[in-house]
Amino acid sequence: MSGFFKHFIDTKNASSIYDKITKFFNRIPSKNPKGNIKPTTSKPLGARFLSSELKKCTLIPGDGIGPEISAAVQKIFATAKVPIDWESVDVTPVRGPDGKFGIPQSAIDSGHRSLNLALRKEFNLYANVRPCRSLEGYKTLYDHVDVVTIRENTEGEYSGIEHEIVDGVVQSIKLITEDASKRVAEFAFQYATENGRHKVTAVHKANIMRMSDGLFLRCCREAARKFPDIKFEERYLDTVCLNMVQDPTLYDVLVMPNLYGDILSDMCAGLVGGLGLTPSGNIGLNGALFESVHGTAPDIAGQDKANPTALLLSAVMMLRYMGLNEHASIIESACFQTIKEAKYLTGDLGGKAKCSEFTNEICEKVARTS
Amino acid sequence: MSLFARNLPRILIQTAQTTTARNIHNSVPSHNAAAGVQERPDVRTKCTLIPGDGVGPELVYSVQEVFKAAGVPVDFETYFFSEVNPTLSAPLEDVAASITRNRVCLKGILATPDYSHTGELQTLNMKLRNALDLYANVVHVKSLPGVKCRHDNIDCVIIREQTEGEYSALEHESVKGVVECLKIVTATKSQRIAKFAFDYAIRNQRKKVTAVHKANIMKLGDGLFLKSCEEMAKLYPKIEFERMIVDNCTMQMVSHPQQFDVMVTPNLYGNIVDNLASGLVGGAGVVAGASYSTSSVVFEPGARHTYSEAVGKNVANPTAMLLCASKMLRHVNLPVYGDMIRNAIDKVLRDGKIRTKDVGGQSSTQEFTYAVIHSLQLPTAS
Repeated sequence: MSGFFKHFIDTKNASSIYDKITKFFNRIPSKNPKGNIKPTTSKPLGARFLSSELKKCTLIPGDGIGPEISAAVQKIFATAKVPIDWESVDVTPVRGPDGKFGIPQSAIDSGHRSLNLALRKEFNLYANVRPCRSLEGYKTLYDHVDVVTIRENTEGEYSGIEHEIVDGVVQSIKLITEDASKRVAEFAFQYATENGRHKVTAVHKANIMRMSDGLFLRCCREAARKFPDIKFEERYLDTVCLNMVQDPTLYDVLVMPNLYGDILSDMCAGLVGGLGLTPSGNIGLNGALFESVHGTAPDIAGQDKANPTALLLSAVMMLRYMGLNEHASIIESACFQTIKEAKYLTGDLGGKAKCSEFTNEICEKVARTS
Repeated sequence: MSLFARNLPRILIQTAQTTTARNIHNSVPSHNAAAGVQERPDVRTKCTLIPGDGVGPELVYSVQEVFKAAGVPVDFETYFFSEVNPTLSAPLEDVAASITRNRVCLKGILATPDYSHTGELQTLNMKLRNALDLYANVVHVKSLPGVKCRHDNIDCVIIREQTEGEYSALEHESVKGVVECLKIVTATKSQRIAKFAFDYAIRNQRKKVTAVHKANIMKLGDGLFLKSCEEMAKLYPKIEFERMIVDNCTMQMVSHPQQFDVMVTPNLYGNIVDNLASGLVGGAGVVAGASYSTSSVVFEPGARHTYSEAVGKNVANPTAMLLCASKMLRHVNLPVYGDMIRNAIDKVLRDGKIRTKDVGGQSSTQEFTYAVIHSLQLPTAS
């Protein structure tokens, strides 16, 4: 894991760590150094992961409520006897000698500007997966939402190539490459196949950006041909926005370039009750990273009030990614059950329970089933 | 003095003209206010009409029916204008000239195919907008009476810059498989749209302007837009100013849409927010919009969908188009007719007996149109 650590040290400015509070990191075994984009099929399913062999997993507790909710997840995992060995990394920024906040152990090197970007580049996290599902017991205006947004995460509008041509005229470049588009399109179909989904919708704006989004769309069509069992459709971004808020059941898996994915994934999270309930996974060539994407909520940090659901569901995603499906299902259903019963809900869901009470309730349910 | 003497005849003529002109303006509305609209005003207004693709022609027909029934003194100059039917389409110059001359236009939605037959990157919509410099798109999203939706009491205005940004149509393939698409943001246009938004807020007694951006990622491009808005906000101390990142904005929109008042956005985000907000109040068939240049206005539905799968089926909802027409009438200073049509639509929607499919009914476009015509009521003399 030394490469992983080294990168934190290189990171100078950790401002964006504030938006990502906690991350799990799971690296594909080093026997397979090049990595494989197919998360579960690349590994021998079953025997290996159901054996008692401990899997190593890096944990970044993060800031604010991060440590509390990651402790909650660790506790639940321990109860479920998940064969995982945690390797905790502290990346809380401290004020460095230059007055800027940064990662401790400030061995300055020419690193990336933000921690997120550093992680994304180092592990080639090219796809961001966000399943959004209506939770029973927490009523929102939208029922039966069950969509997965898959977002290309390395290029597009977020290429970061911008310049001021003359005074008052700025040009930002949206970069679309065939390789990255193909990669994410194939991943989307692969994901759909492995998770029993039926339809993949490519979200684009090729009527306006005819070449760039056109290229993305072509890659999706090509990928669709390789997966004849999965239905494929193309929709304009504006149409998806319009229909999503009227009838979210129209969509299943959505695959799209960077910016659209950013917008739509947050919108879908809004449909089911916000970022506090939606997990997120980043799939890469050399590893995968699972995180909760809500804020650090410094105002309630340390008060045992935070809701660990998003992080717990992210952890469940990670277990599935590692092939520990049985543990994943047990924990997931315990979590859903607890929310459904609505006896121990945290403040954000309209309850009065503390984080620890919520966690204990889940632990109890897990202990009963396993 | 000599100057005055020399110009005396001209001044006299001008005064005479203004008086007659004023007389027309004075007599007609006062007459209307007194006796309703039985009598047609002497002046007829000309308006360019672009039916558009998809269900556009059907909706425009519905508008024409209502206009005929209400005796609206407006003549349409119709142009068939389309990108998917290039051989039949009127040339852009003619359409642009007509709109420039009439200064008002009622327009259906133009389909924008993914590939143009000539391989051009610019869509016809963009060309028209650029030719006329229709820089500000205003969509007023308001919950309608009788249209059941998840959210109530939505009342926000989305003001979108629509001549630059992502819609620049500047794209190229650097090497095979690598495409660059340029997003252009300029200070001039950002300031112009910001000023438009604040002026709109003042004129319509709005309280807050929200700038939607993604300046945390596109630090220069969206940063420039945001900076322009911030600077403009300082000149309007009575209007509250707020910034919001576009992804958060969409999330807030689906959970608490009531918090928004006036929103000002760059091109693409505007497109997203427009559609999202339209979805919240009942879909593309019920939201009207308008695009403004400094001299002319094009009224078109707020969420741009051609609904081509419904062509000829007589199921499309003409509400959006009728609302556009009503707004157009108010714009050309025929508020009596505009309100008459608006009230008729409100009444039909509130009664809820005649509803098109998209808002949960079974009625056809034609039935809805007739219902509106039957509900037309002459304003009572006051």
